[in-house]
Amino acid sequence: MGQIHLDKVSKCFGDVEVIPPLDLEIEDGEFVVFVGPSGCGKSTLLRLIAGLEDVSGGQVLIDGHDATTISPAKRGLAMVFQSYALYPHMSVRKNIAFPLRMAGLDKTEQDKRVVQAADVLNLTDYLDRRPGQLSGGQRQRVAIGRAIVREPAAFLFDEPLSNLDAALRVGMRLEISELHKRLATTMIYVTHDQVEAMTMADKIVVLNAGVVEQVGSPLELYHQPCNTFVAGFIGSPKMNLVQGEEAASYNATTIGIRPEHVMISKDNGLWKGTVGVSEHLGSDTFFHVKCDAFSAPLTVRASGAVELDYGASVFLSPDTSKLHRFDQTGQRLS
Amino acid sequence: MATQHSRSAARLMMAPAVILLLGWMLLPLTMTLVLSFKKYLPLRGGDLGWVGFDNYVRFVSSSAFWPAVTTTLIVVGGVLIITVALGVLLALLLDQPMWGQGIVRILVIAPFFVMPTVSGLVWKNMFMDPVNGFFAHLSKAFGAEPIQWLSQASLPSLIMIISWQWLPFATLILLTAIQSLDSEQVEAAEMDGAGAISRFRFIVLPHLARAMTVVVLIQTIFLLSVFAEIFVTTAGAFGTKTLTYLIFQRVLESQNVGLGSAGGVYAIILANLVALFLMRVVGKNLDA
Repeated sequence: MGQIHLDKVSKCFGDVEVIPPLDLEIEDGEFVVFVGPSGCGKSTLLRLIAGLEDVSGGQVLIDGHDATTISPAKRGLAMVFQSYALYPHMSVRKNIAFPLRMAGLDKTEQDKRVVQAADVLNLTDYLDRRPGQLSGGQRQRVAIGRAIVREPAAFLFDEPLSNLDAALRVGMRLEISELHKRLATTMIYVTHDQVEAMTMADKIVVLNAGVVEQVGSPLELYHQPCNTFVAGFIGSPKMNLVQGEEAASYNATTIGIRPEHVMISKDNGLWKGTVGVSEHLGSDTFFHVKCDAFSAPLTVRASGAVELDYGASVFLSPDTSKLHRFDQTGQRLS
Repeated sequence: MATQHSRSAARLMMAPAVILLLGWMLLPLTMTLVLSFKKYLPLRGGDLGWVGFDNYVRFVSSSAFWPAVTTTLIVVGGVLIITVALGVLLALLLDQPMWGQGIVRILVIAPFFVMPTVSGLVWKNMFMDPVNGFFAHLSKAFGAEPIQWLSQASLPSLIMIISWQWLPFATLILLTAIQSLDSEQVEAAEMDGAGAISRFRFIVLPHLARAMTVVVLIQTIFLLSVFAEIFVTTAGAFGTKTLTYLIFQRVLESQNVGLGSAGGVYAIILANLVALFLMRVVGKNLDA
């Protein structure tokens, strides 16, 4: 079981309120991702759940029991840290066995579980090495191994992939998702990378300045962002958010249109503009188009086959059915 | 520093410093070696010719030799144990966030700035004096007979004085080591169910191993040649005669330079033995 309920949890550091009272429900077996820009309080929130920080107000309930004042060790949660936090002077085997040793398990049981975990994570060949002799990805796996041997109620990941290179990150992303499917244990995952959030999560919690902006499945957030912050944060490249007369014509203060929902044409369209920088990814090309109607350039996603030179005159037309409208406070108008 | 040319230029430019250092070290060493094979009595005839290994035999067969070696080892060992153990505790304490941290840290370092002669005299006259010393007053306040520190418990007193001097050094190095410990590691151990003592035993202590090694090795170098503290407190009496002090007595009090030089060579051998032993025991901590 790994059901976690936050009831009006808040956190202050001195006079600074980092997290205003916040409610959140995490179901058993869910993969929840906390995402937000750096400094939005997502790591702090995770540490509050872990018990590494004391809450300033409210309650943390784990499986229905009040865990607010329980020590981190007794909450039955396991955490994977950003720096992996492996014990450098212990072998991989001892690192993974450490929580079991602390729990006072007998030696044979420890060995059995370590070997099992190593098997799951492809670490069998590295058991007698020191962390210093491993690559980033392997260290990451050791950190996960140390978490899974405890058979915790929930896993907490604090930006675990941010120290890996891009290719490895994609691989580890898959591995963690795979692990979640296999173990079916609750996982809470903190990241500032919305791609990680979109690809891995069952449920995304978008945080901004300690406030939960929106909670929902990746596609809900993509299709129905409830305000301009979520709209701008979820999706890559970013949604185009424009204000002014053009927005007013749709009865909104701000309108948002995703780069993939704008048609680019040389001959005709709604908005006239000139092509700025274009980014070629092969499969797609992103054009930054400076339109006469807006002050900021629009990002447009087109097929990789489209070729346009810098400074070329083009016309853009949005797919109006995919248009997002927001009022003056940034809230979504349905 | 890649090309042949730049390398030879570098060698040329380093030469003066290297030659100076070599001369600085080699000249006294050679003189000591030469004198150790001579009968050289400055006030009783000066250079009286070569005597072979006579000085070496006489120095070792003196009844003061082995006690001096033992005393040296006890002083070095005692001070090392006390400074490392208390140093770790103090470092842990100073690492805690507390009010007036900056001032407390400076106060802790202060003893290191006191000259050995001064600290020896301060301890002798203000603390350990059996009539007017602070400890004597303390004993009397509790109705006990004051301890005659420097005569009845001379070696422990000496170790105490020297430890007091070197504790700041150990604390400082260990404190910086503790501060370099990754806080996520400690938190991970906490999540893994390690209590405060287990965290210290399995995370903090292994992390400090390298710093402790440095402290032990550096202190040993200086402790083997401790002199001023003995000179101003007991003047070598009451079993506080270390090898260094014995050599001093042979050279200056007995005016026998040859015999003292032989003792100097023994001191070099002892220092090397200790260094060898230490490198065996703790040296592997220095490897990354």
